[in-house]
Amino acid sequence: MSTSIYKPEMARLGNVQQMTATEKLFRIELPKGQSLGHDPGQFVMLSVLGVGEAPISITSSPSRSNGDFELCVRKVGDVTGALHAMQPGDRLGIRGPFGVGFPMDSMRGKDVLFAPGGLGLAPLRSLINQVLDERDEFERVIILYGARRRSELLFRDELNEWVERDDVECLLTVDCEDEGEEWQPEERLECNIGVITTLFPEIEVDAKNTIAITCGPPIMYHFVLMEMLDKGIPESNIYLSLERRMKCGVGKCGHCQINSLYCCQDGPVFNYADIKGFEEAL
Amino acid sequence: MSLKILDKEAVAPLIEALMADYRVVGPQAKGSKFAFDPITDPAHLRLDYDTTILPPKKVFQPQHERLATFTLGEDPQVETAIEVEPTVLLGMHACDLHALNLLDKAFSEDYPDAHYLSRREMTLIVSLECLEPCDDESFCRSMGTLEADEGFDLHLTDLGEAYAVEIGTEAGADLLAKYGDVRDATDAEASQKAELQSSKIKHFADRLNFDAAELPSLLEEAYDHPHWEELEERCFACGSCTNVCPTCYCFNVVDEVNLALTEGERIRHWDSCQLAEFARVAGGENFRESRGARQRHRFMRKGKYLYERFGALGCVGCGRCIRTCPSSISILKGFNTIRASLR
Repeated sequence: MSTSIYKPEMARLGNVQQMTATEKLFRIELPKGQSLGHDPGQFVMLSVLGVGEAPISITSSPSRSNGDFELCVRKVGDVTGALHAMQPGDRLGIRGPFGVGFPMDSMRGKDVLFAPGGLGLAPLRSLINQVLDERDEFERVIILYGARRRSELLFRDELNEWVERDDVECLLTVDCEDEGEEWQPEERLECNIGVITTLFPEIEVDAKNTIAITCGPPIMYHFVLMEMLDKGIPESNIYLSLERRMKCGVGKCGHCQINSLYCCQDGPVFNYADIKGFEEAL
Repeated sequence: MSLKILDKEAVAPLIEALMADYRVVGPQAKGSKFAFDPITDPAHLRLDYDTTILPPKKVFQPQHERLATFTLGEDPQVETAIEVEPTVLLGMHACDLHALNLLDKAFSEDYPDAHYLSRREMTLIVSLECLEPCDDESFCRSMGTLEADEGFDLHLTDLGEAYAVEIGTEAGADLLAKYGDVRDATDAEASQKAELQSSKIKHFADRLNFDAAELPSLLEEAYDHPHWEELEERCFACGSCTNVCPTCYCFNVVDEVNLALTEGERIRHWDSCQLAEFARVAGGENFRESRGARQRHRFMRKGKYLYERFGALGCVGCGRCIRTCPSSISILKGFNTIRASLR
């Protein structure tokens, strides 16, 4: 036995796009053009050799993979800080994909409500684009996206496209306007002012026929869940993607444990009914 | 296979012979305590030890180990490193065999861990029958770990002037044939060993006040028990309990780079769920912030979570965490306290 589950594959950093002051979008190419073969909602362990390894959810959808994939990463720690300093052509390590993604099959034929907050759009985008690429398979597609400020809205081109599409109901909100920022009219997405929960009264849902999905900062989940439950969406129709510290990605290191569950293997996508009794979940 | 007899005078020559071909690890005195360490002098082996500071898990999951080496620069490369050498581990007690069985499950399920499993494959285990309890902190009898029918290559029982040697595996038989000066046991010696084994239980107190099989369901009911608040006040979050636990295997992984910044190593080292930053993410959120919640997590892993996952309790009753805790937190007393208040 000599194959180590901890050995990363050395990948090449492709295009890097600055998205906000703290987030960049990284395109990553695996050696020999091989495909990552992920499901929406899964994550990879990303290595910057010499700095360390961190779990990052995959933001691109399998339907748009051309042998590469995308990570949307906030500069917040050692590994992500080092990643942000990297240039196209640089090498980084990849392990994965790992974990359980979103339940595509149980979503087909249903209305789908996405409610990402802030950087929570990154993992949900892999699913949103997959759903849009198989649009006929789903009924209504509703996207309620909130960010703290207009300058922190991610994937603005795609937000714009989703707002424009007739077959997508996309509403945006920001907690407050940036101070002293002048936005060009063409960049100026139409935004509500207020936290994400202020968007829920704007929509009507066929609760029993809706699958609702959320991801965002820890503070957000309780409030978004209350709105979803208020709409009558059954607990078992609600899915959450959770963040945890991880050192292995394969259910061994113990860091990501949520009560008896391992976020890396049992998640990171969880059904709300399955974890609502777990104090450590949120 | 037949029972063999190894005279005590033949132990040192056996170890001497093994040392030529193996790293031989066994219990040796360390201050007033004992530790599993590589043997440099057969006279240092102390098969009369009570318990060790650290469990023998360190032979299979070292405190620090290299997972990979890498080069930096334009075209960085990473190579797997598996640190393993042929080893004979002497003197394991039954509780530690049970613990090792659980580690085997943890490191082989779903994603087999080649680093651990290579060391496991390259290590022969010579275990030792416990005829007396180590001290008043151990509660192996209550946890059903006083005996181990498997998990050893050879198993020794102290008959006074000699050891009875039970053969557990073919590898054990080969080792004995190649290195050991043994003879077949007489009927009298075989009965002496059987008698020692069957009568020893009376020396061991049953210190858990209920059937250990109740633990998973008991802890299920105890999630909001006030005991965790008491531990919140008492725990120093030093991580000693998890370090000395034979079934704790959580780890951290860090990169270390040379001063020239040209190459480095990816190092795995023991970690502890009792440390404040264990569940903290880079953004600052800590998902198990209080010491009480972290102690609860330890109790839950030992009595419930690992059982649900692997079908074996995570506590083998070795008592090490109780002996080492600077605040005298006792998992045994904790289990008994919770049981007394709930059932």
